[in-house]
Amino acid sequence: MHPTDFTLRGAIDALNEGIISSVELTQAHLDAIAKLNPRLNAYITVTGDKALAQAKASDARRAEGGAGPLEGVPLAIKDLFCTAGTLTTAGSKILGNFVPPYESTVSGNLLRDGAVFLGKANLDEFAMGSSNGTSAFGPVENPWSRRNDPGARLVPGGSSGGSAAAVAARLALGATATDTGGSIRQPAAFCGIAGIKPTYGRCSRFGVVAFASSLDQAGPVARTVEDCAILLKSMSGFDAKDSTSADVPVPDFAAACARGVKGLRIGIPKEYRLDGMPAEIEALWQQGMDWLRAGGAELVEISLPHTRHALPTYYVVAPAEASSNLARYDGVRFGLRQTAPDSDLRDLYERTRAAGFGDEVKRRIMIGTYVLSAGYYDAYYLKAQKVRALIRRDFDEAWQKCDAILTPATPSAAFGMDEKQDDPVAMYLNDVFTVTANLAGLPGLAVPAGLSAEGLPLGLQVLGRAFDEETVFAVGTALEHAANFTALPGLRASA
Amino acid sequence: MSLDTATIRRIASLARIRLEEADVGRMQNELNGILGWIEQLQAVNTDGVEPMAGGAPRGEPAMRQRDDVVTDGGQPDQVLANAPDRAHDYFAVPKVVE
Repeated sequence: MHPTDFTLRGAIDALNEGIISSVELTQAHLDAIAKLNPRLNAYITVTGDKALAQAKASDARRAEGGAGPLEGVPLAIKDLFCTAGTLTTAGSKILGNFVPPYESTVSGNLLRDGAVFLGKANLDEFAMGSSNGTSAFGPVENPWSRRNDPGARLVPGGSSGGSAAAVAARLALGATATDTGGSIRQPAAFCGIAGIKPTYGRCSRFGVVAFASSLDQAGPVARTVEDCAILLKSMSGFDAKDSTSADVPVPDFAAACARGVKGLRIGIPKEYRLDGMPAEIEALWQQGMDWLRAGGAELVEISLPHTRHALPTYYVVAPAEASSNLARYDGVRFGLRQTAPDSDLRDLYERTRAAGFGDEVKRRIMIGTYVLSAGYYDAYYLKAQKVRALIRRDFDEAWQKCDAILTPATPSAAFGMDEKQDDPVAMYLNDVFTVTANLAGLPGLAVPAGLSAEGLPLGLQVLGRAFDEETVFAVGTALEHAANFTALPGLRASA
Repeated sequence: MSLDTATIRRIASLARIRLEEADVGRMQNELNGILGWIEQLQAVNTDGVEPMAGGAPRGEPAMRQRDDVVTDGGQPDQVLANAPDRAHDYFAVPKVVE
């Protein structure tokens, strides 16, 4: 077996049994990156020397009997997480030269547990996008292609497109990602892997470049549900440096994967049956219901009546918070500075931000500035916060009737790199099934569950109660086993 | 409602983003497209609903306060390491006061 084909769990076992060393495992991944990254562009920065030094140190720790839970496991880190001494760009020209002097809490937790970092994964600029097409460092290509049109290059989804493509193509055993409206789950579904956005507050936001602070959550992507569970345990935990970090115990998520679904009540929200939804998405959803029923779960129809207002709510709240968060990029303390010979301070700000931000980021800052401006705050921002409260209330009522909710992950399979790029609202519709979990703060997991007629991966989504990722992992694992998703992307290290 | 070009320029100014004259029309079209779509929220009945601020799924208390004490400091070189321009231990900007 090629070392890049291990699952993360399998790699941990192989390392423990001495079948492979971290240096060998890391080198195999670096070789794969050298071979495939020039085409996929999944990594913005590859830290080969650092990775090998970390792997060597890891092998030494293991030899001394001090192996951590992720000892020697090579991972990709989304380039939104600050990594001390390593370029951190957020996919933006405005941070194109930024080397943080500090480590994000989440990446620091992974290092504490022995992980090796291969490099920084590409993403939509400031995590704003659903195709990875807004990155200042070029688009990422999906390692999957259509059966009947293999020449068409497809998007990996976004914003965590580099993380998802790297894991699917075997350029990492797992990766960190972040999800503000679907940025973990949609790319995971498009690339045929698993990914979980945990409950808001589960992972610290300290050191993660901020987009929309009340919606942003970090989480893992990996090739199995259990691998996600292992990574999430390391990433999670209370952090005094994030005032919204939840001071709650971190359970053994991996142990919960094997619980099964017997006796669980699975909610099927009728409002997620969209007009014009492709038949194959509908069929996949029905298949998921049948699998869970066969596993002993009870299906319950539920209603989430405010679902159709979720995306417009999101596109008020997220840009509003983004316009505030991104005010810090002013050309003074870090990042790009752009001036003309006679620039005063205000001109410096305006030129720097015009040159440093891409079109989608500018649009969202402009929308956010508008909805927060005097005279419009109540009509847009306050209104959206009230509708958000109704969306959360819908879920509160649903949890009286069910223990987890099953939905499709995305309304379609991966689309072409040249599609949807010039209609912002059409791009936003990608997140129609995922965005409600961000607005309500709930955990959501995407699981690969089948192939489209074109041979592309399709995912199902499991939503759970706040801080009940364990049930989400149990349901996700049951779906994963029933689906037995063994298809592989054409572009992968061992192909 | 629809934003006119003067409003587009005013928003860009508030956001401190230099907007070239040639780009005003395109930005106007894009923002009006997005705002027109957002407009549907006005039809939702939110009478008596408390707005949800913050992302905590269980609501309040959403945030805690830490003790008001110094926890860090004394590392000007690290703080200034990414500065586009510095003078001594300060960030440098174009002259503000004549």
